[in-house]
Amino acid sequence: MDMTFFYAFLIGGLICVVGQLLIDLTNLTPAHAMSALVVLGAVLDGFGLYEPLIELAGAGASIPITSFGNALVHGAMAEAEQHGIVGIITGIFEVTSAGVSAAIVFSFFAALLFKPKG
Amino acid sequence: MGLIGKQTWEFASQPVLISTGTVVGPKEGQGPLGHDFDMVHQDSYLGQGSWEKAERRLMEEACETALSKAHLKADQIDIFYAGDLLNQIVTSGFAARTLATPFIGLFGACSTSMESLALAAMTVDAGYANYALASTASHHSTAERQFRYPTEYGGQKPLSAQCTVTGSGAAIVGKAGEGPRITHATIGQVVDLGVKSPFEMGPAMAPAAVDTIAQHLKDTGRKPEEYDLIVTGDLARIGHKIAAELLEQQAGLFLGDLFKDCGILIFDPDQEEVFSGGSGCACCAVVTYGHLLKRMERGELNRMLICATGALLSPLSTQQGESIPCVAHAVVIERGRWD
Repeated sequence: MDMTFFYAFLIGGLICVVGQLLIDLTNLTPAHAMSALVVLGAVLDGFGLYEPLIELAGAGASIPITSFGNALVHGAMAEAEQHGIVGIITGIFEVTSAGVSAAIVFSFFAALLFKPKG
Repeated sequence: MGLIGKQTWEFASQPVLISTGTVVGPKEGQGPLGHDFDMVHQDSYLGQGSWEKAERRLMEEACETALSKAHLKADQIDIFYAGDLLNQIVTSGFAARTLATPFIGLFGACSTSMESLALAAMTVDAGYANYALASTASHHSTAERQFRYPTEYGGQKPLSAQCTVTGSGAAIVGKAGEGPRITHATIGQVVDLGVKSPFEMGPAMAPAAVDTIAQHLKDTGRKPEEYDLIVTGDLARIGHKIAAELLEQQAGLFLGDLFKDCGILIFDPDQEEVFSGGSGCACCAVVTYGHLLKRMERGELNRMLICATGALLSPLSTQQGESIPCVAHAVVIERGRWD
């Protein structure tokens, strides 16, 4: 249990280091770096490597954006087992639907309360 | 007289810089030159509903200040040259609507301050105007939205980035009167050595500044020592160092302590988020019209060459991977005769 805290910092920190290096060492924009991390999470899950990371580091692996890529692939794979090819398409948002819907709903309320000026 | 050498205009009548107006935002007010500006706003919105409206107000206030110091009314201005960094130079358009003077809008990015001053001097010198007004404005938050990301996006910036100056400078040029004289202007050609990152404007613009300064000295047959200061617009700490090195290597010119940069002068390096220094249309304008002309008035400077540098990129050209074409325009200001 105690070690989970340690690994959460270690793994979560390492994922952030990868993102920082992408911004500092390449010409990628922040949006590109973020997308690259989503793809990285998806690829890792494709090889079955992301779930063990979550088991080891808990929130250290489930909070960073890589986890979103993991969830996209995870949902697609799970639905594909039940419904075949069509399942890949319907399953992509199976696990992530809560996150996507929450983003829409909370953005709506934020827009009601605050005046975006950026 | 007229065109001398390849790119330099010599003004026979030596038009007078009758008055100036400088208005800045809070960060510039806290900087080392804070006391030299006519107006320092503590609110970066200036009480307006958006940053774009605030930028518009900055230009209007700078022009109003210059007019009131010269005891002139807007309808006595024969021509108004202005530019800014927003799409379709909309800040200048709105300010010109308020002033209701004949107007020519300019885009030279951050080189617009000296571009507009050179054109104002030329117009007066040629007799097409008795009074010409030149102004530029920029705002940190509108420039972020225009060229990089909206501030709320919170994108990280590398230390080579620069901080756009919130402010506006205006200058009135007239045929006669007391004040500093504008004697020469050198119009730069576009130089592009292939820098692509919008966070490295200083290094991108440095070769353009070097080209214009070297050409100016060649055209006028002058030596750097004949100037008390040679000042670049907004190369900031990284770009200015590169420019000093390039001047030495390419043109054999060693400027030493003569060589300054408005982007370095305007902020204290310890100030928060100023990165390598200031930039923007207003940077060169407020430092020249506020700080440098005050030094000239005190008798500390007799002749200076102000070389404003501009990066002629658009957000689209950056996204499409194009490099940054850069230009620099220089104007000679002399203490002049106090007759």
